[in-house]
Amino acid sequence: MSSSTNSTHHTSTIGAIGAPSRRNTELALLIFAVAIPVFAYANVGLAISDQVPAGLLSYGLGLGLMAGIGHLGVRKFAPYADPLLLPLATLLNGLGLVIIYRLDQSKLLQSLPHFAQAAPRQLLYTALGIAMFVAVLIFLKDHRVLQRYTYISMFAALVLLLLPLVPGLGADVFGAKIWIRVPGLGTLQPGEFAKIVLAVFFAGYLMVKRDALALASRRFMGLYLPRGRDLGPILVVWAISILILVFETDLGTSLLFFGMFVIMLYVATERTSWIVFGLLMSAVGAVGVASFEPHIQTRVQAWLNPMREYKLSRVVTHDGILHSDQLQQALWAFGSGGTLGTGLGQGHSDLIKFAANSDFVLATFGEELGLAGVMAILLIYGLIVERGVRTALAARDPFGKLLAIGLSGAFALQVFVVAGGVMGLIPLTGMTLPFVAYGGSSVLANWALIGILIRISDTARRPAPTPAGNPDAEMTQVVRPS
Amino acid sequence: MNKPLRRIAIFCGLLVLALLIRDNWLQYVKADQLRTDTANRRVTIERYANPRGDIVVDGNSITGSVESKHGDFKYKRTYKNGPMWAPVTGYSSQAFDSSQLEKINDGILTGNDDRLFFRNTLDMITGKQKQGGNVVTTLNAAAQKAAFDGLKERGGKGAVVALEPSTGKILALASFPSYDPSSFAGNSTSTDAKAWNALQKKNNPADPMLNRALRETYPPGSTFKVVTAAAALENGLYKSADENTDSPLPYIMKGTTTPLKNEGNIPCKNATLREALRVSCNSVFGKIGADLGNDKMLDEAKKFGFDAEQFTPVRSNASVFSDNMNPSQTALSSIGQYNTAATPLQMAMVASAVANDGKLMKPYMVDELQSSNVDPVAKTEPKELSRPLSPTNAQILQSMMETVVKSGTGQKAQIGGGVTVGGKTGTAQHGVANSANPYAWFISYAKLGDGSSPVAVAVVIEDEGANRDDISGGGLAAPIAKSVMEAVINSKK
Repeated sequence: MSSSTNSTHHTSTIGAIGAPSRRNTELALLIFAVAIPVFAYANVGLAISDQVPAGLLSYGLGLGLMAGIGHLGVRKFAPYADPLLLPLATLLNGLGLVIIYRLDQSKLLQSLPHFAQAAPRQLLYTALGIAMFVAVLIFLKDHRVLQRYTYISMFAALVLLLLPLVPGLGADVFGAKIWIRVPGLGTLQPGEFAKIVLAVFFAGYLMVKRDALALASRRFMGLYLPRGRDLGPILVVWAISILILVFETDLGTSLLFFGMFVIMLYVATERTSWIVFGLLMSAVGAVGVASFEPHIQTRVQAWLNPMREYKLSRVVTHDGILHSDQLQQALWAFGSGGTLGTGLGQGHSDLIKFAANSDFVLATFGEELGLAGVMAILLIYGLIVERGVRTALAARDPFGKLLAIGLSGAFALQVFVVAGGVMGLIPLTGMTLPFVAYGGSSVLANWALIGILIRISDTARRPAPTPAGNPDAEMTQVVRPS
Repeated sequence: MNKPLRRIAIFCGLLVLALLIRDNWLQYVKADQLRTDTANRRVTIERYANPRGDIVVDGNSITGSVESKHGDFKYKRTYKNGPMWAPVTGYSSQAFDSSQLEKINDGILTGNDDRLFFRNTLDMITGKQKQGGNVVTTLNAAAQKAAFDGLKERGGKGAVVALEPSTGKILALASFPSYDPSSFAGNSTSTDAKAWNALQKKNNPADPMLNRALRETYPPGSTFKVVTAAAALENGLYKSADENTDSPLPYIMKGTTTPLKNEGNIPCKNATLREALRVSCNSVFGKIGADLGNDKMLDEAKKFGFDAEQFTPVRSNASVFSDNMNPSQTALSSIGQYNTAATPLQMAMVASAVANDGKLMKPYMVDELQSSNVDPVAKTEPKELSRPLSPTNAQILQSMMETVVKSGTGQKAQIGGGVTVGGKTGTAQHGVANSANPYAWFISYAKLGDGSSPVAVAVVIEDEGANRDDISGGGLAAPIAKSVMEAVINSKK
């Protein structure tokens, strides 16, 4: 107490290490995130028809306007949010639009039946996506509100996941039943939305049960074995994943949900044993389903030997299975792109045919922007995930932490599953690359996902309210011991 | 909860790392292999992405390129007067690959040849579209036209080959019936594939895609007597054209009781070589062959190019003079029957060697390969193949062949105006027991006033429709040879 001699020194608690809001950083980055796709768009036009595309100005203005609205939304409703998430998502979305526009120009794709320009619709979806993003920021003032909807979310997620199985509503598109037909709207992929809703349910559920799951366990050979009754939920999720796999033949969604659940479970309980269980169960599930499900077997065969699949697709086979040359075409696209790529508009990734602008959009990047371009794209995804994990680290409440890591983990898994599938690293699953691929559900859902992450990061980085001034500071009497 | 969060961060990092490694594997390590995989359609797209170089005759291209409106193959091959030039150019089709010059010089024509690397790099730097180089042929458009029109007028089937004796340059190479390579240059299943199928031998008995000038061997008939005469002179059996030969009539072939018959009642008993060639005595030349024996005949035939494929650079079939024949078979073979078979190119080489004072030049049809801006990339130099005759004997044989045209079976090939023509007719029997219509042959060369010989020609007509009695080398084939020689001589002026 020797230092307390100078009583007149003004002291107050340094509560918030006030992180700067970084809104201007975000704006500066956004300018790049809009400028790069605009240049790319001009590049495509010059490469394909030797002239700057007529829509360049409206496209640039449109993208800029949308990014601006997103930015203003963040500035107004989440001023302390992470400054990287919005520009990164905008950049990916813009590049995706450029590639989709580029594929629209392909004569080969135009000659396919049911061809329709995809870029204008993707632009509309992007606008809706950004509106969704801003709406999340406006209506979700605090992400902890979502806790209240834990069990409703569970129900909603189940409904979303099972919708494609409803007769008359589900649409079987090329072997995977993951779409539903909405009259007037076209097709929707409910799985994309289920991803977010499920993350909310897992976060709410695990926040409540984490202690029980983590502590009530027996130690066996260095692993904490969970009690039987705690094993219940994980078994349920596992079963649902398997059901999706069997009935919707959707390897990707199944893997995504189970992976997300294991990640969140591990973070909630801090027990490595859950990871071991998760891996074991996914292995059992995958091998089990693959042993009798011909659709999955074909995919594995195609992954192991894409050239054989390519050749089978050239001839009429009588095995009743739709053989696809897409993977081999994608591999050729990647290889032909090489290190620096052919340049935008100068590749032939349209040989992949109808999925070139959705599931296989990365192959077009690979061919036209080369290794350099794909690595850049992958690193942008890596950065988004890293910002998400950072948000989870910074979040102060366990629900926010779990939700943030769940969403980021799901995002990372989705990117891995899609990109890995298209590059032949793992069997192909037929999911879409977030933001880049053509598809309304995907764009909307991923913008909502970014919105929620922004909301959590805003809460995490927001300075704590300044404590009220210490009324005693001036008035403390100094009592000297006599 | 932060410790597992950091671990998850690392896990996500590893996922991205795995993708990056896989991407490097695909786009760096395996890139070349994938890019050049022949099943990768980009390879063929690239192949047709630029206009193909041209095949040039007399400074004019006989090929072209046209931008196709459909599909991903941008440029399609076109041919000017396709049927006439098809035996020279071959074809280049998006759907059915290519053949002959189009195939052999594909690298130059597409611009992918290493020898065009410098040119391509320069074009790349200056931003010019990549272009294929040209193949300049030795052909003579007028001679080709005369040959093709002659065959066409004749109808039936046939072939003509004209050579420049002093160099071996191929001046005409015609085959009839022919085909238009433009008709299947694209890859449309409705038009190109249909045209292609209609031309295949199994659907078209006339076999229009057969290059009869290079790939069909015919019994050469009496035109082979020129080779037999050369063998007689070279082996010293007879020293001059005008000494009487030791030839009985009828000539009973050694080891048999069969007489070797002559066509009609012609004066062949102890005839001179000149007279025997003039009226085409089977008995005289059959006996010469039998007297010289199989080995010596084969040796001489080989010197003229028999028993070997010629690469012009388009391959021609090997002509045949058999080994291990008994004297009577040798006798028959020496008058161009039995196993003897020759391509029109081979018989043109025979005439050309005689005209060139006994020196046989290697036949060739590509004069020069050029880059797209007509810089020479490679030039073919004339090359001596062999010397089947000494100059003296060659001149003896020339005077004999000139007699054939002046007053013998080949009078229809006379040109006049200071041009001396030497030739030999042939009517080759074929078919089982000589049942089918014979082939009409004529081989000849023209000699100008200064003694130089600008052209040697071989013509063969297989005319199943003609009246059998009308078929003779002198009647059917000689007029075509004449017009080809005239075309060459006129274009020299």
